[in-house]
Amino acid sequence: MLDQLLSEYFPILVFLGIAIGLCVVMILGSMIVARQKPDPEKLSAYECGFEAFDDARTRFDVRFYLVTLLFIIFDLEVAFLFPWAVSLGNIGLFGFWSMVIFLVILTIGFAYEWKKGALEWE
Amino acid sequence: MTELPVLFPAYPEIFLAIAIMALMMIGAYSKAENTLGAVSALTQVSFVVTAGLVLFVVGGATQLAMNDLFIVDQFAVYMKLLILLASLLAVTMSNGFIRREGMAKFEYPILIAFATLGMMMMVSANDLMSLYIGLELQSLSLYVMAAFQRDNSRSTEAGLKYFVLGALSSGMLLYGMSMVYGFAGSTQFNALANAFTADTGAHMGVIVGLIFMVAGLAFKISAVPFHMWTPDVYEGAPTPVTAFFAVAPKVAAMALLIRVLVGPFGGLVAEWSQVIVVLSILSMFIGSFAAIAQSNIKRLMAYSSIGHIGFALIGLAAGTEGGVEAVLIYLAIYLVMNIGTFACILNMKVGGRMVENISDLAGLSKNNPVMAMLIMVFMFSMAGIPPMAGFMSKLFVFKAAIDAGLIALTVIGAVTSVVSAFYYLRVIKVMYFDDPAEKLDSVESGAMKLILAVTGIVTATMIFYMPVVTDPAIKAASSLFGG
Repeated sequence: MLDQLLSEYFPILVFLGIAIGLCVVMILGSMIVARQKPDPEKLSAYECGFEAFDDARTRFDVRFYLVTLLFIIFDLEVAFLFPWAVSLGNIGLFGFWSMVIFLVILTIGFAYEWKKGALEWE
Repeated sequence: MTELPVLFPAYPEIFLAIAIMALMMIGAYSKAENTLGAVSALTQVSFVVTAGLVLFVVGGATQLAMNDLFIVDQFAVYMKLLILLASLLAVTMSNGFIRREGMAKFEYPILIAFATLGMMMMVSANDLMSLYIGLELQSLSLYVMAAFQRDNSRSTEAGLKYFVLGALSSGMLLYGMSMVYGFAGSTQFNALANAFTADTGAHMGVIVGLIFMVAGLAFKISAVPFHMWTPDVYEGAPTPVTAFFAVAPKVAAMALLIRVLVGPFGGLVAEWSQVIVVLSILSMFIGSFAAIAQSNIKRLMAYSSIGHIGFALIGLAAGTEGGVEAVLIYLAIYLVMNIGTFACILNMKVGGRMVENISDLAGLSKNNPVMAMLIMVFMFSMAGIPPMAGFMSKLFVFKAAIDAGLIALTVIGAVTSVVSAFYYLRVIKVMYFDDPAEKLDSVESGAMKLILAVTGIVTATMIFYMPVVTDPAIKAASSLFGG
């Protein structure tokens, strides 16, 4: 039984082998064939043609994360709403009210974050 | 039109969920001075009402709800009552601390309530999916609670560490679940139990999935070798949060482990029992030997809880009804003595400042004989010295293991129990024979005094009314084994 199962996965194994092999060939090929003459200019960060202003790893405001996280919640809500709207005819009243309850819970979260000032940027 | 699913058995959870959301709105929109106080009190009331619903409205007859995703039986009732009790006491004990240490936000009791809701879901899970949802609701609330004192670098570190390792363990759990689902074609516990019987034997893939699931859950109960986060998180998190961590989530995760292993994987006892034996032995060893070197009492309690989980796992390793019964008794007693010990730790302050070194307790017997006496009771109980409650819990576990023929495991348990007695007794020695250190402040509130007194008396005298715990535990275990 295990053999049969494994044989079903054989194409994936072949695919993995080809993918890894190709990567190795490309990286090693460029290392062996291409001429390597690094200098500071070549190694510096490339920024649209002009000189890099500073390091890319700077700190930035934690509020970006907050906004992103709050966005994801409502983004996901839409992802749930689409299939719900499409299948509304089949899922009946129970399906309808399930989503309404879900939306109410999300709204409570939204009211909370609004009141706490998470949406203010100052 | 589709039929409405059965919801009745889930009424306690539904009530608690609605209550939490209402409290969130009250907290956010209230203009009152003392929002935290009001929300705390209301949270406590909701815990009591939920416990009433669990006990009197839904009751202990085995019922399925929500298309068999959710189950209520005697086991669930027993565990839910323990969890609600722990959460109620945790909210009560936190009151003074969070005000003193600048954590006085109304979100604190709400987070405890969310975690409690997640734990109740875990205990009642009858499907891998509802199991995971409950577990994540609990874990996410706990991550935030560990980092609640966010101006304190150790608290944020504890929160981050807990989050990263918790996410890793959730990943392992999910991987295991996906393997199990792949081989059984169902996530429902009854269907899994039918698919994996002792006669058909287990496929390699199922065993791998099972091991991954056990590893993921072992993280949550902090069994060795998945315990690394425990000492750091316990030390870094604010003390009342640590008190909560040490009790409620452990009880819930242990309940979940029992339900998963005995229910869907009941036919594979021979396979998982060896894993549990290894976890148990390692936990007892690390729990007793690593604790010897600790000077911080919160770290000491972390290792102590690892050791206790090891002892509780002995009962599960037996894989019998008697074994599960012993674990249930162990958890109830563990809850009482840990709440009591942490109530003592929460009162360790000198001039309004928290201290948490064992040496700060020096000479407590002269400064505060009542408190010293209480700590002595708890330490004797944890060490398993008769006639304290902790002795009875170890006795039941060992007896179940011997009945199941696990003699070697029992001997190792007894030996490590002796080793662990060393560090429990050291605390008593410091209190009674060392030169007095600075005097500790007196106990802060009436509620705290009550908790200390009740847990202390219960721990010391439980031996006289063991049936109060053993009878429900017997019923709970038999409901799990379909008796």
